Amino acid sequence: MSIGGILAQLLAIALALALAPLLTGWVNQWRAWLQNRRAPSLLQPYRVLHKLFNKESVVADTASPLFRIAPYIMFGCMALACGIAPTLSTDLPLAPAADAIALVGLFALARVFISLAAIDIGTAFGTLGARREMLVGFLAEPALLMVLFSASLITQSTSLAKIVETLTHQPFAIHPSLAVAGVAFTMVSLAENARVPVDNPTTHLELTMIHEALILEYSGRHLALVEWAASLKLFAYSCIGLALFVPWGIAEAGTPFAIVLAIPVLVAKLAVGGVLLALIETINAKKRLFLVPEFLTTAFLLAVLALLVHVLLGA
Amino acid sequence: MDALLLVLAIPLLGGLLLALWGHREFAAELNAAVSLLTLIAACWLTAIVVRDGPLLVWAEWFFVDALNVFLVTLTAFVGFTTSLFSRPYMRVERDHGKMTPPRMRLYHSMYQVFNGMMLLALTTNNLGILWVAMEAATLTTVLLVSVYRSAASLEAAWKYFILCGVGIAQALFGTILLYLAAERAIGGGDTTLLWTHLARASHQLDPAILSLAFAFLLLGYGTKVGLVPVHNWLPDAHAEGPTPISAVLSGLLLNVALYAVLRVKVLADGSLGTGLPGQMMVGFGLVTVVVAAFFLSRQRDVKRMFAYSSIEHMGLMTFAFGLGGPVANFAGLLHMTVHALVKSALFFAVGHAAQKAGSQAMDDIRGLLKVSPTVGWGLMLGALAILGMPPFGVFASEFLILTTAMRELPWATPLLLIALGVAFAAIFRRVQPMVFGETSLRPLAHPPALLPVFIHLGLALMLGLYIPPYLNGWYRQAALMIGG
Amino acid sequence: MSLLLAQSINLFAVVLLVLAFAMIAQRRILTLIHLFTLQGVALVAATLVVAHLTGQHHLYYSAAVTFALKVVLIPILLHRVIIRLNVRWDVETLFNIPTTMLLGIVLVIFAFNLAGPIARLSTSIAHGTLGIALACVLLSFLMMIVRAKAVPQVIGFLSMENGLFFAATAATSGMPMIVELGIAFDVLVGILILGVFMFQIREQFDSLDIRHLEKLKED
Repeated sequence: MSIGGILAQLLAIALALALAPLLTGWVNQWRAWLQNRRAPSLLQPYRVLHKLFNKESVVADTASPLFRIAPYIMFGCMALACGIAPTLSTDLPLAPAADAIALVGLFALARVFISLAAIDIGTAFGTLGARREMLVGFLAEPALLMVLFSASLITQSTSLAKIVETLTHQPFAIHPSLAVAGVAFTMVSLAENARVPVDNPTTHLELTMIHEALILEYSGRHLALVEWAASLKLFAYSCIGLALFVPWGIAEAGTPFAIVLAIPVLVAKLAVGGVLLALIETINAKKRLFLVPEFLTTAFLLAVLALLVHVLLGA
Repeated sequence: MDALLLVLAIPLLGGLLLALWGHREFAAELNAAVSLLTLIAACWLTAIVVRDGPLLVWAEWFFVDALNVFLVTLTAFVGFTTSLFSRPYMRVERDHGKMTPPRMRLYHSMYQVFNGMMLLALTTNNLGILWVAMEAATLTTVLLVSVYRSAASLEAAWKYFILCGVGIAQALFGTILLYLAAERAIGGGDTTLLWTHLARASHQLDPAILSLAFAFLLLGYGTKVGLVPVHNWLPDAHAEGPTPISAVLSGLLLNVALYAVLRVKVLADGSLGTGLPGQMMVGFGLVTVVVAAFFLSRQRDVKRMFAYSSIEHMGLMTFAFGLGGPVANFAGLLHMTVHALVKSALFFAVGHAAQKAGSQAMDDIRGLLKVSPTVGWGLMLGALAILGMPPFGVFASEFLILTTAMRELPWATPLLLIALGVAFAAIFRRVQPMVFGETSLRPLAHPPALLPVFIHLGLALMLGLYIPPYLNGWYRQAALMIGG
Repeated sequence: MSLLLAQSINLFAVVLLVLAFAMIAQRRILTLIHLFTLQGVALVAATLVVAHLTGQHHLYYSAAVTFALKVVLIPILLHRVIIRLNVRWDVETLFNIPTTMLLGIVLVIFAFNLAGPIARLSTSIAHGTLGIALACVLLSFLMMIVRAKAVPQVIGFLSMENGLFFAATAATSGMPMIVELGIAFDVLVGILILGVFMFQIREQFDSLDIRHLEKLKED
């Protein structure tokens, strides 16, 4: 573990914490533009966070300590996930602690706690949201694992940093299996981040909402943490996707200059990714809840297909 | 060479002419005349092949040997007799309002094109062209089956198209695999798919690819042969199409498909040297015979019943060719011939009977002997012949197949005997009241064409009693070529 | 560069496979036709790459024929048919997509297993593609079985032809030209016949639902 590594790690986490709301704002802005609406300011998520942190946090009488702890756990999980994902550099001290599988575990942990907290309060919406969230999670996680497995089959490692290193080092080659896995990953990310074909982050319609129903009872700094964690999750997923499918420009060990160079590259990649996400959300309609399992099964089977294609073609 | 050109060109030209005049009053005669010319050309071709041996012409694209020349003659012959039968039959259909002039034109034209495609499939040396011709023959018969445009005939034609389309696609995949193997062994190019080239190099073909290729080809062409479990289209297509078409489907198209399987089997045998292709054919054939026999007893429609009988007999032939060896192959070829003759004769008789009754349901056909003894006797004798009664030829071939099976595969013999017994009971129980008993049938405006029925039955009888030496020579030669 | 091109054949193969999969999971007839057209485009692209790599000129012709047939002519015909039959917005509701897709995955595994040993023997540049082509054929086969409407069945039939054609070009770098022309001709005639049939079925049954075509059964 080098000093450079620790610095890179700290920089990565700090950057994630700082940039995550910006990414959300960017996506929201593009979404508004693409839908012919007047866009909110790019900095709107920061203002919301600021406002919420300054507000009083109201907690229901029936809430147990679990309800208060959950936002912190969720925020912690997401921050750690951003630390593990190779955003700027592959020389990360935290990376050996957790590979791709543990990363999926981190997301699952956050999901379990936020769902428990939603049930804990005992409202109808909370239970409903928790149930839907678990349904989505239970279908999305295997698909995500399969995607990560296809990538690790190519590189013979489950460590994300190692995967990125191998992919950048080998001569440019077309991996058909990665192309299929990329499609599957996009579908899973949409579901996991409560995006349009699966959930609409801007709606509070009880018939359809999943994520919003979960956090309905939170207020003040708790809500701020949850919202921030959601931004971080989107950021983490984007970074994983970029690292797996467009790995170029991520710095490696012992090159401090490259890290500085990696920042604008990352921002550019995220900007393009954000526009694409907004585009997907605009041209798709939200699916009925009953069709969500179908959507996620498709993602899962595509990921399995990617694995099979890898086995057949060896690429 | 000229004879071959005539054999292929006459039906196609005939199809063109009939596309122009097929709706006229003389179209049926023209149809028969074209078929007769084809038959004459086929006989000429046969004479040449008998005199000079195998014929390999036109840059090796066409190949006629003992195996296919007798099928060419058989096809041309049954094509001709069926055109004689179809003349009065289709006139009655027209009087009943089931056929309109445009439909008559389509029917006559497609009939000739269908014959032409079968002859092309039989004589081509290129396995790719064989596939194309088989598919084209399928397409023409799809149009022929649906010619009445009734709900049932449309359903039958749709099923036929979809199922055979799927089946024939498997055959194409098998052909592609064959090409893949051949490309490795003898290099790619236009001549790679020529059967004679492949047969010469068959021991060089990769066994792994060939076994897979044969499996696909057997399944694919087997769909057209009517092997269980891909036989579902066959009873529908036979029952709902015009009866002349049922006769040529059963008598000819199934044979041509089986011929394609045989050609490929020779290649697979040469490459594998394990007898696996034969075992696969034995398995499919046995299952087909047994399943078809048990389905026979459940039929109410007379044409459906005889369609199942065709499935049963095709299974028997597949079984015989699967056993291999000179005797079983001989028996298989003989069975191919007599089945084609007897089954088409049966369909002729059944067609007239069903027209008299105005229904294909067997319960509605009663006492044929009272109204028209000749049709009644034709049906009765045909049924006896197809059930393997001596002295008809079917008996001879079935006897040979059974005795060979007893020697090679003793456990299969009881199964075959049971299946044949069940089939006997099922058909005889149904045919007997149709021929004898009281009647409610009415005479028809156009006298039935019974000559084809009795010519076919007469030939089948002759083949049961005495096989002419040159025919015997053919069969032996062809049986050796199939090997196994 | 030629290595990348060879790899791109694999990519097009996978695109074909994914599109075949998407067809299985697609309920809307209009989208099915779009997917079929895309499959044709991928097929043409793959054929062109193979033609370029192997230097076989007749593959350029067959690519041109495929383009004319599968990307232009047949999609236009299908569009006209669904407009004339007024089934443009038809949606098929009565089949379970996840189960069908699961079956599809099983078929893919089966196909890959079957073609695996052969893929290693092939000398062609894209040896792994045979398994994918077989998988496409079997998936289209599955689609024809589970669909109850005429147009999707026909599209399944055509997409099966795509898989076969891909097997012929990619695994063996092209069958003899005359055979390919014959196949193309058969497909064209077949699709015309099916098109006519659809109108007749509609006339007879007032619907394109193949479930009406179940009268002919064993008693």
